[in-house]
Amino acid sequence: MNRTYLHRLILWAVLLVFAAWFLAPLYVMLVTSLKDAEQIRSGHLLSLPTAPTLDAWAKAWGSACTGVECAGLQPYFWNSVLMVVPAVLVSTLLGSLNGYVLSKWKFRGSETLFAFMLFGVFMPMQVVLLPMSQVLGWLGIASSIWGLMLVHVVAGIPSTTLFFRNYCVGLPDELIKAAQLDGAGFWLIFRRIVLPLSVPILVVTLIWQFTAIWNDFLYGVVFSGADSKPITVGLNNLANTSSSVKEYNVDMAAALIAALPTLLVYVVAGKYFVRGLTAGAVKG
Amino acid sequence: MGALSIQGIHKTYNDTTHILKGIDLEIEAGEFLILVGPSGCGKSTLLSMIAGLDHPTEGSILIGERDVTRLPSKDRDIAMVFQSYALYPNMTVAQNIAFGLEIRKVPKAERQAAVDRVSAMLQIGHLLDRKPGQLSGGQRQRVAMGRALARDPKLFLFDEPLSNLDAKLRVEMRAEIKQLHQRTKTTTVYVTHDQVEAMTLGDRIAVMKDGLVQQFGTPAQIYNHPANRFVAEFIGSPAMNMVDAQRTGHALTAHGVEMAITDAQRAAVQTHGNADLVYGLRPESISFAAQGLPGTLSMIEPTGPETYATVDTGAGKLTARVPGVLQAAVGDAVHLQWSAEQSHLFDRVSGDRVG
Repeated sequence: MNRTYLHRLILWAVLLVFAAWFLAPLYVMLVTSLKDAEQIRSGHLLSLPTAPTLDAWAKAWGSACTGVECAGLQPYFWNSVLMVVPAVLVSTLLGSLNGYVLSKWKFRGSETLFAFMLFGVFMPMQVVLLPMSQVLGWLGIASSIWGLMLVHVVAGIPSTTLFFRNYCVGLPDELIKAAQLDGAGFWLIFRRIVLPLSVPILVVTLIWQFTAIWNDFLYGVVFSGADSKPITVGLNNLANTSSSVKEYNVDMAAALIAALPTLLVYVVAGKYFVRGLTAGAVKG
Repeated sequence: MGALSIQGIHKTYNDTTHILKGIDLEIEAGEFLILVGPSGCGKSTLLSMIAGLDHPTEGSILIGERDVTRLPSKDRDIAMVFQSYALYPNMTVAQNIAFGLEIRKVPKAERQAAVDRVSAMLQIGHLLDRKPGQLSGGQRQRVAMGRALARDPKLFLFDEPLSNLDAKLRVEMRAEIKQLHQRTKTTTVYVTHDQVEAMTLGDRIAVMKDGLVQQFGTPAQIYNHPANRFVAEFIGSPAMNMVDAQRTGHALTAHGVEMAITDAQRAAVQTHGNADLVYGLRPESISFAAQGLPGTLSMIEPTGPETYATVDTGAGKLTARVPGVLQAAVGDAVHLQWSAEQSHLFDRVSGDRVG
């Protein structure tokens, strides 16, 4: 047996052990969500379901109690969808415009402005809770999906701007000049040249924003009203609603329902994500 | 009134950096103007201003009869070929060529006709469906020219278009640009730091240095009557021989050796204020002879069709450019000869031409 083969073998073994280690919780969640209460009580945590059933999923989706109401996660899920989709699109679009301006249409003070926006990336979320709730009150959109959407758009702009600005800096200035000579203006250059060339970072930003906003709990719990709670809050309420017996299968199914969209987005667009994060490192 | 007229252009950055210090140039329709000079001389800045991508602090630019100093690029009826070509990577070659027409809302049939005309002229018809990333350097260069040609602009601008190509391709593309200009007769401004490109392509050359035009003239004027020492040394390869010389009585001597000058030069030297001069001789003006200035061969550089021979003489080191292969060896004693008409005299302090 030669040395490279041995090295490969060790490498694979180590990687497989780590992969199994990290995937174990997902496995437990999945199998538990497919078991009935009887098997959970008697069986082992890692054992496969003897009689797989989707009852727990159905209950988590449609009839589990989240506090006094017992309509499952369904309303929260649609709240999240209604809020996340526009919030992701708007924050990404604004970020791409900001990045385009801050890299290709620099003006006096634009670097300082960018530095301040960067500050927003590192600012802890808790700091803005009180002032933000006041602003939402003034605007009359407190405790609504619109208010939550606005909060997420504002909170997302610093990171989306950072992504696009750093990507656009890598686009040659001469491209913009050539387009100007061809007769294109600010918006046309953005739409026809910069945006089509920004697809990798666009995908990265979309995934990033979707994951961040979908998974957010703090803003969701603070700024939402009774009928505008996002899924993370719904999941929390579902898991915390005490009944005589803890229904682990329903809790697991609920957690999976809450996590499924982000997983799906990553699986569908994941290869762009990795490619986008490393794009610009090597000139194509 | 010329096709392009540049009047008293100044450019200052942050009130301290003076990039251009008063540029005046004018060319006629159909002429090929070269802006040449070392890096930092302001030639690219000047081109950016003609393109409308930068704006002068002072002065004005006229294209035809129109003052375009404050007009945006798109309203100037110009096209430009960039050093990096700046082709749009997300569009095919055909889309790249037609982009400017599309923005100007030219109907599709006309756009197609322009793409066909240009691609036939530049022989890029087989590349139209490709993306710029799939093209070689020379092909990208052609497409960039095609994009500029498609709009049939009043003024054509080139910013060091050949500097990213290898030596062989550069010579080929240089010839193509020249042929293209002979065919289209579009007024052209071409920026380069390469004096060979300047001499071969230009109808008129503006040699620039430190934000000033050192000399503006035809290639022959620039080569045969350089206005100052900088121009003399910048244009021509190998560079002009420069020997420090002094006025001694009615003669001109370099390290005690009397240098040949014409009567006109003698008169100019006599009336010139400064006795310290520089005596300049192009390498091809010097030939080997049975008699003349004695010296020793210190280096021989054969290029094939001609040979550069460096000779240590009493007046200083002189390089001669002689046709064919030189039948001599380093260390040989030789004599150099030239005619006084071929010599150039410059002031040693100011560098200005004396005669």
